[in-house]
Amino acid sequence: METTTATTTQASANSGIDYAIRMQGIVKRFPGVVANDGIDLLVRPGEIHALLGENGAGKSTLMNILFGLYTPDEGEIAVNGKPVDFSGPRDAVLAGLGMVHQHFMLIPRFTVTENIILGNEGSKSVLDRTAAAKRVREISESYGLLIDPDAKVDDLTVGLQQRVEILKALYHGSRILILDEPTALLTPQEIEDLYGILNRLKADGTTIVFITHKLKEVAAVSDKVTVIRRGKTVGERITSDTTGQELADLMVGRGVSLTVERTPATPGRTILSARNLTATPIHGHKPLTIEHLELRAGEILGVCGVEGNGQSELVEVLSGLRPITGGTLTINDTDVSTCDPNGFRAAGLSYIPEDRHHRGLILDFPLWENVLLGNAQEGPFVRSGIVRERTLQARTSQLMQDYDVRAPSPSTPARSLSGGNQQKLIIARELFRNPDVLLAIQPTRGLDVGAIEFVHKELVRVRDEGKAVMLLSYDLDEVMDLSDRIVVMSEYGITGEFNAGEVTRNHLGLLMGGRHSDDQAEA
Amino acid sequence: MTRLKLSSSTLINIGGSIIAVTIALLLGAVVMRLSGADPWAAYKALWNGAFVGKRSIAETLIYSAPLILAGLGFALSMRAGLFNIGIEGQLIVGGFMAALVGAWDLGLPSVLYVPLALFAGAVGGAFWGFIPGYLKAKAGAHEVITTIMLNYLAMRLITYLVLRRDDILPVDPTFVATKKVVPEARLPLLMPPTRLHLGIVIAIAAAIILWYILFKTRFGFNVRAVGLSQGASAYGGINWGRTVVIAMIIAGALAGLAGAGESLGLHGRHWSAAPGYGFTAIAVGLVGRNHPIGVIFSGLLFGALNAGGPAMQSADVSKEIVQLIQGFIILAIAALEVVNRFPAIRSRFSRRSAASKAGA
Ligand SMILES: Nc1ncnc2c1ncn2[C@@H]1O[C@H](COP(=O)(O)OP(=O)(O)O)[C@@H](O)[C@H]1O
Ligand SMILES: [Mg+2]
Repeated sequence: METTTATTTQASANSGIDYAIRMQGIVKRFPGVVANDGIDLLVRPGEIHALLGENGAGKSTLMNILFGLYTPDEGEIAVNGKPVDFSGPRDAVLAGLGMVHQHFMLIPRFTVTENIILGNEGSKSVLDRTAAAKRVREISESYGLLIDPDAKVDDLTVGLQQRVEILKALYHGSRILILDEPTALLTPQEIEDLYGILNRLKADGTTIVFITHKLKEVAAVSDKVTVIRRGKTVGERITSDTTGQELADLMVGRGVSLTVERTPATPGRTILSARNLTATPIHGHKPLTIEHLELRAGEILGVCGVEGNGQSELVEVLSGLRPITGGTLTINDTDVSTCDPNGFRAAGLSYIPEDRHHRGLILDFPLWENVLLGNAQEGPFVRSGIVRERTLQARTSQLMQDYDVRAPSPSTPARSLSGGNQQKLIIARELFRNPDVLLAIQPTRGLDVGAIEFVHKELVRVRDEGKAVMLLSYDLDEVMDLSDRIVVMSEYGITGEFNAGEVTRNHLGLLMGGRHSDDQAEA
Repeated sequence: MTRLKLSSSTLINIGGSIIAVTIALLLGAVVMRLSGADPWAAYKALWNGAFVGKRSIAETLIYSAPLILAGLGFALSMRAGLFNIGIEGQLIVGGFMAALVGAWDLGLPSVLYVPLALFAGAVGGAFWGFIPGYLKAKAGAHEVITTIMLNYLAMRLITYLVLRRDDILPVDPTFVATKKVVPEARLPLLMPPTRLHLGIVIAIAAAIILWYILFKTRFGFNVRAVGLSQGASAYGGINWGRTVVIAMIIAGALAGLAGAGESLGLHGRHWSAAPGYGFTAIAVGLVGRNHPIGVIFSGLLFGALNAGGPAMQSADVSKEIVQLIQGFIILAIAALEVVNRFPAIRSRFSRRSAASKAGA
C-alpha cells in the first residue's frame, strides 16, 4: 500500500516515555449497549496512530473517555506515563490533550480568535484578544493552516472550520491530538491538505490519534493502526506491514470482498435515453449539455468525473428535479421531459440520492414515513388521500428484514440509524417498486466496508436482474470496479465513453482533468 | 450522538413545555415578591379565578376557544415551515366577515345561519392566509414581512370600513364596530347563565380534525415533509408551492374561525379594536409544540391565565402580571430551543447528564 513515509524515529523526541497514551481494559456501558468492552490502545509518542473500526464500534466513546467527557466503568488510563483520572475535558487539556470532535463545537457567529479563547475547554482571559489573535496567527502560519484569526466561523468552509478546531487544540498547548473521523465532511482536496498538516504536526513531535473507518486513510497517514470491533480491540498492526484486506477482515469480523465479483454484462434494450439535453443552470454555473446518453437493461453505466463538472445538474435532470430546456428524454419509450419526479417514478425510475440527510431521508420522520417518501401516490400505501399506516408499517418491517436494516422498529426516527442502515433503507425503498432503471449517486459515500460491500453487491444484483443502473461516483476506483461502460463528465458535458476494460485509469484521469478523447496522442 | 434524545421525542417536548411554564411561574413569583406582594396568595387567586366555580371555568373556556383555534393556525403554518405572524390579521378579517354576514339578517334559521356565518369567517381568514402563502410560493416573498404588512392592512381596512362605509355595510361608526349579529346567527350558549358558547367545542373539534389531517393523510405528510426538508420533499415529488399555499389557506381559515367565534359567540359583533389573540396564538402554538393536541392544552393554559388574571387583583397583584408570565413562558421556550439547536451548548448539557449517569 502507498503510505507517506512512516517516521517512528520521532518518538525519540519525547525520550523516556514508552507511551503517550496507554488505555487498558476500558469498559463503558450505556443503557442497553456496551460501547467499549475491554479496549486496549497503546500510542507511542510522536506517531500517527489510526483507530479503525466500523460505525458504532465504540471509537468516539473511547476517545470521549480519554478526553474526560465520559468516565469509564472499568480500565486504566495513563498519559505520558502518568496514570490519570480526568473529571472533565479541562483536566485533559491540562494534561496536553486536544480533541477535534466528529461534530464541530464552534460558535458560528464568533470569530476564530473568539472561538479559540472562549472555547468550551477552558480559557483564562477575554481581554487580551489582540495578543490571542497574534498567537493564533503564529500557530496558523507555522503549520500552514492558513486561518485568518478575525474571520467569522460562519464564513469558513467545513475544511477551514476543522482547522480552527485543530488550532484551538494547539493554542491550548496540546501535544497529543485526537481527531474523530476528521475526513467525514471534507472534499478530496481538503483531505490531502489535512494529511499535509498532520505530517507537519508529527514532524514537530505531536502525537496524533486519527479515527476513521476508511482503509485508504489508514494507509495514507498512519504509522500504526489499532482495529476495534464491537467495543473490543481486535488487532494492532504497523501500517506498512499489513494489507487493506487484513484490516478489513479484522474490522468487519469476517472475510469481506474488497473487490466486486461480477460476470460480464449482457446489455439489452435501451431503457433511458437522452439526446441533446439542456437544462436551466444552477445559479452561477454553466448550463448542462448532454448530446447523447443511454442506459441499457442489464448494464451498469459508470459516470466518473471531478466534482462540480455538472454531475448535480445531470442527476437532477435525469430524476425530474430540474426542468429541461431542450432535447428529449425518454424512459421506457415514454417522453418524460415535462414530468415531475413522480412522473419519472411512474415511468420506471428509482433514484438513490447523493445526500442521504437532505434528499434521501427526512431524518425526523420514522422509518415507515420515509418509506412513504416518493411512494405516496394512490396505491397500497395511500387510499383516497389517507395513509394506510398498518400496511406501510408491515411493509417497512419486511423491507428492514430483507435488506438487513438494523433498527429497533419501523417507528424509529431515521436520524438514529447509522449511515449504512440509512442507506440500506433508501435502497430498500427504491428497489421494492421494481424499477427498470436505477440511478445510484455516490451510493457508498461515508459508509463502512461492510455496508459498501452490501451496496456494491446490490447494484450488481440489480443489474443481473436486467435493470439499467447508472452509478455516479467521484471515486474512480469504484466506477472502474463496477461499471460495464464508463462515461466521463467534464465541463458540464460528456467527454468520453468506453467499454470497461478498454480504458486505463490514467486515460480516464486525463479526460476528467479536461482533455478530450482525441487529445490522447499528446498524453 | 445525543441529538435525538434532546430534540425530537414527544416526551422531551412535553417535558420542555412543562419546564418552560414552571420556570415562567417561578419568575412571575419572584417579580411579585420583589414588588412586595405574596405570590402564593396571588397564584391561589389565579387558580380560583380560572378553575373554581362554574363561572370561572366558563370564562377559562371562553378565553381558550379563540386561542386554541388561532394556535392551531400558527401550528399548521409552522409545520409547513412558515413563520406565520399574520394570525392576528387572519383572525380579525375572519371575525369581521362573520359579523357582517351575521349582522345582515338574511332571515335564515339558526341551523343554517350559524354555519354560514362561521363559514364566512373561515373564508375571510383563509383569504388573508392565502395571500402570503401565494406570495411565498410564487415570488419567494418572506412570510414574516408579508404577514406583518397584512396585519396592518387588515386593521386599517376594517377601521375604514366600519367608520366610513355604513352606506353599504351593516356597520355602526359610533361604536367603531359592526352592527349587532342577529340572534339566529349567534353561537348557541352551552351553560347558561354563563357566557360559555359553542366556540370551545368548535376549537377542540378543529384540533382533532387537524391532528387527523396532519398525521393520517397524504396532505398532512406532505405538509410535514415540506416543513422539515425541502430537498427531501422535492425528491419525494411533493409540490412545495402548492403544499405551502394550501397549508396557509387552512391556517388562515382556522384563525378566521377564531375571530368568527368571538364575533358570533362572545361579543355579538366585531369590534375594530384588535384583541391581540393573534400574537398570543404564537405562544400557544410554541408551548403546544405545534402539535394539535398539545395546542388544546396550551390554549387552555393561556385561557386560564387570561381568565384568572383579574382575580389576582384581590391579592394586590396587578392583572398585567399575567402578560409578564406569558412573556416569560415564551422566553423560556425560546431558551430551551436555543439549547436544542446549538451543538456546543447541547453537548455541554448532554455531557453533564452522561457524566452524572456514569457517576451514578
Ligand atoms: N451517550 C450515549 N448514550 C447511549 N449510547 C451511546 C452513547 N454514545 C454512544 N453510544 C452507543 O455506543 C456504541 C458506540 O458508539 P460510538 O462510540 O459513537 O461508535 P463509533 O464512534 O465507533 O461510530 C453505539 O452503539 C452507540 O449507539
Ligand atoms: Mg464516532
